[in-house]
Amino acid sequence: MSDNPIVIVGAGQAGLQLADSLRRGGYDGKLLLVGEESSLPYQRPPLSKQYLAGDMADERLLFRPQEFYAKKNIDVIVGAVVRDIKPSKKTVTIGEETIEYSQLALTTGAAVRRLPVAGADGDGVFYLRSLEDAQKIKERLSSGSCRVVAVGGGFIGLEIAAAARELGQAVTVVEAQERLMARVVAPQVSDYYLNLHTSHGVDVRLNAGVREIERTSDQDMSVVLDDDRRIATDIVVVGIGSIPRTELAEAAGLACDNGIVVNEYAQTSDPSIVAAGDCTMHRNVRNDASLRLESVQNAVDQSKIAAANLLGERKPYDQVPWFWSDQFEAKLQMVGTSAGHDRTVLRGSLEDHAFSNFYFRNEQLIGVDSVNRPADHIVSRKLIAAGVAVPESIVVDVAANLKSLL
Amino acid sequence: MPKVNYVSHDGETQTVEVPIGWSVMEGAIQNDVSGIVAECGGGCACATCHVFVDPEWVAKVGERSSMEQDMLECTAQESTEQSRLSCQIKISEDCDGLVVRMPEQQT
Repeated sequence: MSDNPIVIVGAGQAGLQLADSLRRGGYDGKLLLVGEESSLPYQRPPLSKQYLAGDMADERLLFRPQEFYAKKNIDVIVGAVVRDIKPSKKTVTIGEETIEYSQLALTTGAAVRRLPVAGADGDGVFYLRSLEDAQKIKERLSSGSCRVVAVGGGFIGLEIAAAARELGQAVTVVEAQERLMARVVAPQVSDYYLNLHTSHGVDVRLNAGVREIERTSDQDMSVVLDDDRRIATDIVVVGIGSIPRTELAEAAGLACDNGIVVNEYAQTSDPSIVAAGDCTMHRNVRNDASLRLESVQNAVDQSKIAAANLLGERKPYDQVPWFWSDQFEAKLQMVGTSAGHDRTVLRGSLEDHAFSNFYFRNEQLIGVDSVNRPADHIVSRKLIAAGVAVPESIVVDVAANLKSLL
Repeated sequence: MPKVNYVSHDGETQTVEVPIGWSVMEGAIQNDVSGIVAECGGGCACATCHVFVDPEWVAKVGERSSMEQDMLECTAQESTEQSRLSCQIKISEDCDGLVVRMPEQQT
């Protein structure tokens, strides 16, 4: 093996996992992890949840303390911009310095999608991706009365809405589609969350497109909707999805298509380069089509696959995807997918705020959305992975143990 | 700062100081104690931070919530009366000297 380091570009959850998995997998050569942000790798999920609403110190967000990197002999460069990758020469340019790599991993993540309307780049309009973004929003939410309009009724917009309500702020959610979290959950679950937010005093506007963000004076701003209605506010938080960070990969000539294209072994179109996490358009042997996932699960599991394959183990990506979202007292956990289901079976009760929707296609369990029933979620991951038959009689009977099916 | 003893499945003990208010899980992660995975980051949502609390400490670390109780039905290694999810144990002054044992498997 060459004396040059394995270089990991991107120091988020995927980058950290890749580095850790390489060491755990027995790689003892040079290892360099390069991140754009100034912090060591940290957890993003709490940024829109307990970090925003609570008193969580920044250091508690770190995945690992500084000493971990020294102990594992992982060189970390933070606050550094990778300018260029030359696969033909196997070089990467970090700031002004060009170094040679033995193998390269891209874990560049995603960037927020900007709201493409007039006024969306001015003061008082916030996006949430980084710790720095969260700090700015938190400062506004926790210093006196602050009206909030969340643009986007997906995970990020709704989690921020819930956190802001918990801090006593007046909150409006503006969603362009006819239901909340439409991309990820089935209609019944969207309805439940509409009621949840409404009952906590959030003003939810569905089928509402944003035309402009208007500033009438230094302090006063309004979100102008497509139908001319205006919502006066102090801040706007936009959560309308993200765009994979493919610019380096594209410039390097790697195949990209709404993400860095990787096969089931997390390999890009260059055999010396792997990619993992939010930035990839990937193959999972469970699916017919390629997909892009922005989640902790994908960052962790795909990075393990990428690391194994850098170490010469040929291991395909076959994990069942899962996600979660915390909003008010409701813990939403999703596994698999509800897309394409032909039958839904309910376990538990919506009135008790503890239920799971089981989705079937051709009698096969393909996904489960759970609210405040984490045990259903954990077992369902295994049920879907194993592909076992799941009888409706067991699902509807909350006294019946799902685990017995395994 | 309270000291927590993390005993690996092989019987090796790592003793670390954990700030009051943090969870036993965070104390492990921040000190690179292996044997606790915590893939959900502390949300009582994944059952991969399972520990066995030594008998004399069970009462001192407080009671399980009903959600934690359900999750303990689903741990990779069978749970016992001493089982807890370490993300749900908050460190207080009473926890100085706490002993938790890690299972062989978390996932």
